[in-house]
Amino acid sequence: MRTRTFVIAGIFAALLVAGVGSYWASTHPDGLTHVAEQAGFSDTAKDSAAKDSPLSGYQVKGVDDPAVSRGLAGVIGALTVLFLAGGLTYLVRRRGRSDDEAHDHPAPAGGAPSARRTTPEGG
Amino acid sequence: MHVPDGFLDAQTSIATGAVAAATVGYALRKARTELDDRTAPMAGLVATFVFSAQMMNFPVGLGTSGHLLGGALAAVLVGPWTGLLAVSVVLIVQALLLADGGITALGTNISLMAIVGVLVGWLVFRGLQILAPKRVGLVPVLAGLGALVSVPVAALLFVGLYAVGGTAPVPLDGLATAMLGWHVLIGLGEAVITGLVVASVIALRPDLVYGARPVQRRRELEIRTAAQPGEREAAA
Repeated sequence: MRTRTFVIAGIFAALLVAGVGSYWASTHPDGLTHVAEQAGFSDTAKDSAAKDSPLSGYQVKGVDDPAVSRGLAGVIGALTVLFLAGGLTYLVRRRGRSDDEAHDHPAPAGGAPSARRTTPEGG
Repeated sequence: MHVPDGFLDAQTSIATGAVAAATVGYALRKARTELDDRTAPMAGLVATFVFSAQMMNFPVGLGTSGHLLGGALAAVLVGPWTGLLAVSVVLIVQALLLADGGITALGTNISLMAIVGVLVGWLVFRGLQILAPKRVGLVPVLAGLGALVSVPVAALLFVGLYAVGGTAPVPLDGLATAMLGWHVLIGLGEAVITGLVVASVIALRPDLVYGARPVQRRRELEIRTAAQPGEREAAA
């Protein structure tokens, strides 16, 4: 199987799990939540500042059907992860050609310029 | 195991945030040695898969569930530093976009699931791989064992953090027992999923599995030296 075929099939499988498979996921509290309830400190949890995000709690705002809303939130979340993690590793990777190496990341992610100066093995 | 805001006090959250930021920064540099044009797409795929699998809570007992943390899985598939970055991206998207895990608790969650999950899973896997026979077929089993250990260790680290900076007075021995008990069960699920996924990738493309490289490289070397003894001098 070619790498491209493999990666695309894998992404498709992941989106299927997030979009459709998660419908059958257990809705019980997870280990930590359960322990916090039993031990009596679950009420110390505060609402996240991201509570009003359009995807908060794996529900897309404005989509009423909870199963569809959860699946859609899962697919959007998974694609966001793919974009960010794929982009990050694409920037960080060793380049195939040596002229890319010479430039050695002219503008990587934020905060990198100082990190590059203090890197003993940088480049 | 996503810790919400409010469980741990501000000092502890700032400390775990600093540890997480420093470790992710270090991983950004180290990941470069693991990633090339061929393996970089795998990292995006692994992060996406971990995100999706974390939505699939499985029941572990009456009224309780668990889900894959994905640390050992990511480490074995793409390497520990790339894996650490992949799981961190998952946790950042969950915290900021889906309000899953707190934002002030993001450093705590990266410390527990990305740093401890990945590095413990990887160290157990590599430790066993050095001792075990060098066979590709063993890679999924060893990955599963790394996964099995990584989950209760992360749970115990949470108890340690709670002992330092928990916001409610809770008896720590009871907390440790409960966290350990449930997370051994969740670790069993983590082990099964990790083993099955690694076995599937090995069945299709063993060369894309970072953790299988040490047991594969050896075979390639034997063939080359036996077939073309003079080539090396000619190339040099």
